[in-house]
Amino acid sequence: MRSLQRTGHQTDGTPRAPLRDLVRDSSLVWLASGIVGVSFGAISVAGGLPVWVPVVMSLLVYAGSAQFSAVGVLLAGGGPLAAAATGLLLNTRTAAFSLAVADVVGRGWAARLLGAHLVTDETVAFTLAQTDPVRRRAAFWISGLGLFAVWNVGVLAGALAGGALGDTARYGLDAAFPAVLVALVLPALRTDGRVRRCALLGAALALAVAPAVPAGVPVLLALAGLALYGRKEASE
Amino acid sequence: MNGTVSLILALAVGTYAFRLVGPALHGRVRLPQRVHELAAAGAVVLLVALLATGALTENGGFAGWARPGGVLVAVALAWRRAPFVVVVLGAAVTTAVLRATVPGAA
Repeated sequence: MRSLQRTGHQTDGTPRAPLRDLVRDSSLVWLASGIVGVSFGAISVAGGLPVWVPVVMSLLVYAGSAQFSAVGVLLAGGGPLAAAATGLLLNTRTAAFSLAVADVVGRGWAARLLGAHLVTDETVAFTLAQTDPVRRRAAFWISGLGLFAVWNVGVLAGALAGGALGDTARYGLDAAFPAVLVALVLPALRTDGRVRRCALLGAALALAVAPAVPAGVPVLLALAGLALYGRKEASE
Repeated sequence: MNGTVSLILALAVGTYAFRLVGPALHGRVRLPQRVHELAAAGAVVLLVALLATGALTENGGFAGWARPGGVLVAVALAWRRAPFVVVVLGAAVTTAVLRATVPGAA
């Protein structure tokens, strides 16, 4: 994964690596997501929701952070309206992500309609970390379909099993997701000074407002960092 | 329970609509090159903001030291061009160990 920003040259000398490494790297994210899915199912049911709520929500909404927030609001007694608003606010970023991967998804209507549902943080990060167009497309579908399958199976298992897994924070899983993003975006940050400046400003803005605004807003405000993007191919 | 059904449907339809923006527009509306560049850069900006807030905050407050400790290890490993698996597992293991051994690391 780390070498992919440097075009198609692989360290082992093959001009275009087989897609096996995409599956291998994705499978780690699948594993982590599966366990988080289990905990989502378990938390929902432990909080008093019927099994079908987390299961159907995962199939139809398919967005981890929004699902956790919506169920959290619901279980805290915030009501369905507040729960939906929180989840939607968190998911507005997927509109920007879907623009970024639109050319990868394909042109047929089936591909567009199915591909749209698979747009998640992890899959977009995987896709954009590839420079070769063929690998980009493969990364999107491999990561996207696998993640969808594993997430939903995990949620179902968690909802049926209840709290058997215990506190997943014990496994350090909460650090795994930021780490996945680190591994995937660092090459782009390293090579592209313009993107780096925008991203650092955006992250600083997000962190600065995080204590004061509702979930979902900090990340959206980070887009203001694009103000530094500039007009021209800028200095490196 | 009707409220819960409505919640799920509203969240599902709204989220799908957001996600469909890119694929639906692609090839039908000619977006300027500038918009494509900004979308690509914006995706990275969003991902970095997600990782920063995900590493440091929990419900608007500080997440405790264990998680950013693990993510910091991930940054160091990724900077040294360690394999993906090593970066991710390094972060999780560091956080788990910090949590288990350092009192108050949370």
